[in-house]
Amino acid sequence: MIQVQHLIKLFGSFRAVDDVTFEVQKGEVLGFLGPNGAGKSTTMRMLTGFFPPTSGTAKIMGFDIIKESLEAKRQIGYLPENAPVYPDMTVEGYLKFIAEVRGFSGQELKKKVARAVEICSLEKVLPQTVDTLSKGYKQRVCFAQAILPDPPVLILDEPTDGLDPNQKFEVRRMISSMAENKCVILSTHILEEVDAVCTRAIIIANGKIVANGSPEELKRRSSLYEAVTFSLDSVPKDEAVSAVSALANVAKVEVLKENEGSLTLRALPAAGSVIAPAVAEEIRRRGWISTQFHVEEGRLDEVFRNITRQ
Amino acid sequence: MKTIYSIMKREMNGYFGSPVAYVFIVIFLILCGFFTFQFGDFYNSNDASLRTFFVWHPWLYLFLIPAVAMRMWAEERRTRTIELLLTLPVTLPQAILGKFLAGWLFIGIALALTFPMVITVCYLGDPDIGQIVAGYVGSFLLAGCYLSVGSFASSLTRNQVVAFIICLVICLFFVVAGWAPVTDALASSVPLSVANFIASLSFMYRFDSVQRGVIDTRDLIYYASVITFMLAASSVVLTSRKAS
Repeated sequence: MIQVQHLIKLFGSFRAVDDVTFEVQKGEVLGFLGPNGAGKSTTMRMLTGFFPPTSGTAKIMGFDIIKESLEAKRQIGYLPENAPVYPDMTVEGYLKFIAEVRGFSGQELKKKVARAVEICSLEKVLPQTVDTLSKGYKQRVCFAQAILPDPPVLILDEPTDGLDPNQKFEVRRMISSMAENKCVILSTHILEEVDAVCTRAIIIANGKIVANGSPEELKRRSSLYEAVTFSLDSVPKDEAVSAVSALANVAKVEVLKENEGSLTLRALPAAGSVIAPAVAEEIRRRGWISTQFHVEEGRLDEVFRNITRQ
Repeated sequence: MKTIYSIMKREMNGYFGSPVAYVFIVIFLILCGFFTFQFGDFYNSNDASLRTFFVWHPWLYLFLIPAVAMRMWAEERRTRTIELLLTLPVTLPQAILGKFLAGWLFIGIALALTFPMVITVCYLGDPDIGQIVAGYVGSFLLAGCYLSVGSFASSLTRNQVVAFIICLVICLFFVVAGWAPVTDALASSVPLSVANFIASLSFMYRFDSVQRGVIDTRDLIYYASVITFMLAASSVVLTSRKAS
């Protein structure tokens, strides 16, 4: 469990992290979202003990990051941004080094290394030096290093940055497979990632938390939430727009696309209302032919932009 | 303790995993021999001791040890591996000490490989073994001082070349402060007590006294305090600048 209390970090007079408070429970995967320079990495570096906060503190599995720094560090597997792994070491040598520093030896060390290698599918590159590896493999070596001691807390800074779609999928799969009995914090600016792996998301901008909730809750803040997108065949545009606009709780109707004989419209609901059944009923009543009918879940990228662009 | 050992082992493998280590050892051995036999005029000195061998060490170290030390922290900061190292369950002093000991041991190995000199001098004459041992101990301690300065210089920058130059300049100061031409010049321009104080800070002053075959407690304290001070300074610098 991670408890972060009023964390502040100043660089000179610049408030990189400004009074951040949150908690992560076991089994949660917390997505840390925010524009570049919002304070995501700075927060993670404080949690992992790379540098101390200016004020405030955090507890990692009950260990204070300032007073019990070494114990706190033992609880964490950390994947820093850009996967900084010693370029002149072999993958095997590197993982053994990590295991040794983590306090393993003998058979246990071998087992831990073997397990990390298996989870991250590194068998093929074990004797290679890190600087000969592709970006995807390098990222995986660094990921292997983070999970090697099987820590209760994983902190991953942009774990899928710079990977191709297949590699991204692989890394997300690894994270999800381990999430069940761990606390995971991962930072990203890829919003689909939040949908794919996170149980909760925090949006941070200018060092402050501006939103904290499950991906569904965040999407509900979108103006598109519960909007209905539908297409109609051979219905005059004006007739369709005025009919749908007249329905209760429909705030606005937009024409998205207009082709010969085919029309794509989007009806936006008044805040907090549901209009899909009414729209569907109207289409049926008028005998229109609708080839597509889709209720929007709300879009994270829109919420993200609205919140972080103030 | 075990953590320091793990870090030391990794650094050690780092030295021997790259050609730098072998180049360093070969150059060190060649220069040692060259200076001893050519400039030191070892054979004609008619003296069964290694004095003409050790006397060059402060000058050789001046160029070679900054080369060993320069990557110590500069490279960690440049490649950002420092972030991973210091977020492992490792304290900063452990990391500094592990790296320092690895470098020191490496130089110790290079120094040990000069053993043919000892064989030569034993074959040719009947040297004072105690003095030779003291010479090696003194040289090794001196190397430790240079290396601790190198650790400090390397923590100041991300650029290895800059680290090399800073280390060389600081070491040069420590060397020439006790070098006869400089001490003479100082003695004639400042009060004698000040000149003596500056000379006593010098590596040379201590090095000479150990080379005479006497390992004085004061010399040991001097070497230990220089190393401790420089490593502590590395720690202070790294604490404040590791993030930048």
